Amino acid sequence: MSTNSTGAAGSIAEGSSSKYRIERKGKILTGACVLFVVLLVVTLIFMVCSRGLATFTADGISFGSFITGTTWNPHQTGDDGQPLMGALPMIAGSFAVTLLSCVLALPFALGAAIFVVEIQPGFGSKVFRPMIELLTGIPSVVFGLVGLSIIVPWVRSWAGGTGYGIMAGSIVLAFMILPTVTSLSTDALAAVPEAYRDGSYGLGCTRWQTILHVVIPSALPGILTAVIMGMARAFGEALAVQMVVGNAAQMPQGLFTPAATLTSVLTMGMGNEAMGTVYNDVLWSLALVLLVMSLFFILIVHLIGRKGAAKNG
Amino acid sequence: MASEETKATTFTATKSTKTAKTQDKIATGILTAIVALILIALVAIIAYIVVSGACKLFDIHFLTAKPEQFKAGGGIGPELFNSFYLLILTLLISLPISLGGAIFLTQYAPVGPVTSIAKTAIETLSSLPSIVVGLFGMLIFVLQLGWGFSILSGALALTMFNVPILVRVIEQALETVPRDQRDAALALGLTRWEATTQVLIPAAMPAIVTGVILSAGRVFGEAAALIYTAGQSAPALNWTAPITSQANPLNVFRPAETLAVHIWKINSEGVVPDLSAVSAGTAAVLMVCILAFNIIARIVGKHMGKKMTAE
Repeated sequence: MSTNSTGAAGSIAEGSSSKYRIERKGKILTGACVLFVVLLVVTLIFMVCSRGLATFTADGISFGSFITGTTWNPHQTGDDGQPLMGALPMIAGSFAVTLLSCVLALPFALGAAIFVVEIQPGFGSKVFRPMIELLTGIPSVVFGLVGLSIIVPWVRSWAGGTGYGIMAGSIVLAFMILPTVTSLSTDALAAVPEAYRDGSYGLGCTRWQTILHVVIPSALPGILTAVIMGMARAFGEALAVQMVVGNAAQMPQGLFTPAATLTSVLTMGMGNEAMGTVYNDVLWSLALVLLVMSLFFILIVHLIGRKGAAKNG
Repeated sequence: MASEETKATTFTATKSTKTAKTQDKIATGILTAIVALILIALVAIIAYIVVSGACKLFDIHFLTAKPEQFKAGGGIGPELFNSFYLLILTLLISLPISLGGAIFLTQYAPVGPVTSIAKTAIETLSSLPSIVVGLFGMLIFVLQLGWGFSILSGALALTMFNVPILVRVIEQALETVPRDQRDAALALGLTRWEATTQVLIPAAMPAIVTGVILSAGRVFGEAAALIYTAGQSAPALNWTAPITSQANPLNVFRPAETLAVHIWKINSEGVVPDLSAVSAGTAAVLMVCILAFNIIARIVGKHMGKKMTAE
């Protein structure tokens, strides 16, 4: 009897220890995957930083002249004997296309989000969302190609010049960030509690008054997040922009003259230079600027999220 | 006097109600117009891409022949194969990692710094510009590990691009499984690992499959992460060549230009005489593949969902 009970207890203990082993195996296996991804991200940031900083540490180029210099011609040296590596034209170009594309895309994205959340939810989930997802799926080179064959000639037809430039780049980017901004704004608007709307309707407000004075203000942090995610995507987009922006690394003179962005210069230049040359190092510095900017965008999104949580909680 | 005042208030009230109603109508009209405009633009873009390359779409020579650099009449045979091969390799590498990551984050992750670091890392990876991912891939795989411009380097760069998307998709799929199912499995004495692999993942399978196919569409069209990892040249393929040869299609150490990279390369070089025809044709092929991925994803998801709920 007593041996029997110890036997049972033993088998239970054995059973639970095998269960424990399974659980441990699962935890280690899946944890390793996460660890791998984290290590990858850390390595990426570290590698890009160390290569990007080599310009300033190994080649002795001052950070100030890099970030504020307006002449980009790394194969020539300036009066001070330093290569001409002002990154400001590309930084300005990147910011110009990013901001302009957001300005172009936002009314459409917000309008569509309002429509599918407040006016026609059924149409939104059945037709509009799948269509917008399809727009996300169009490859960036295909957007670039459409830009080359339709948008550049169209801009040329009313603005003159070559048609290449910040305007063409921004229009192409506006199409590309439209799905991101639309779907994130849709989520933000849909997250506004129904009771807010009911309260507003109960006070006799029309739908538009409700949208304008109740729904949008409460969804504002979410909409802001949507815009910033759109900006992050626009800032980092490479090939589509490179194909239509004109690739002239000079300070942007206007919206209709050829310009360059960080990504376009990187795309064009990286293949031509051997590792370790000064030119190559400076290209990595541009990549570093790109990386820092995208980390900055993520940081802002986090801050907005935290502020929103603090406000609601 | 009093009645006059009331009259005035009523008057302004009706007036403002009227304005509000008119504004409401105008706003609804504008919003409808915006949505219509977006849909028209979307359909127009897709139709333009497919139609302008339509004549090449069914041209067997174009789909199978090797590309030409300086004369007209080149095809996209190797590029088409490379695109699919890279996609399959990428999915083979990224799917297990993403599945593991998503399971950890939804089932095991303790609340605290570990989870928040992991989530931040994945979020960071997902919003990194793909050109930066490509340059990192070049640095590590192409140069440091000495694999050169190769399919393997490209597949690993694409994995970095794909993992955050897949983790998110699988996480969402796992989270939509009713909590009761997981609780019931745990109450029956299953470990979390058993509950996940035997209950949650089968239940989430339709959503996972749909998400994976949709992400495949994005991988298929990616170019920026590939130009400096998988390279911009497509050696002619020959199935009889030994596996170590650059001509063997399955050799993972050969450079492999994909459809998307091909479009970019010929347009930036601009030396192919029939440039616009070839790039329009390639774009049409790419677009049709991506449309097919979208349609298949929806059909498979619906079909699997039906089968699972019916059984």
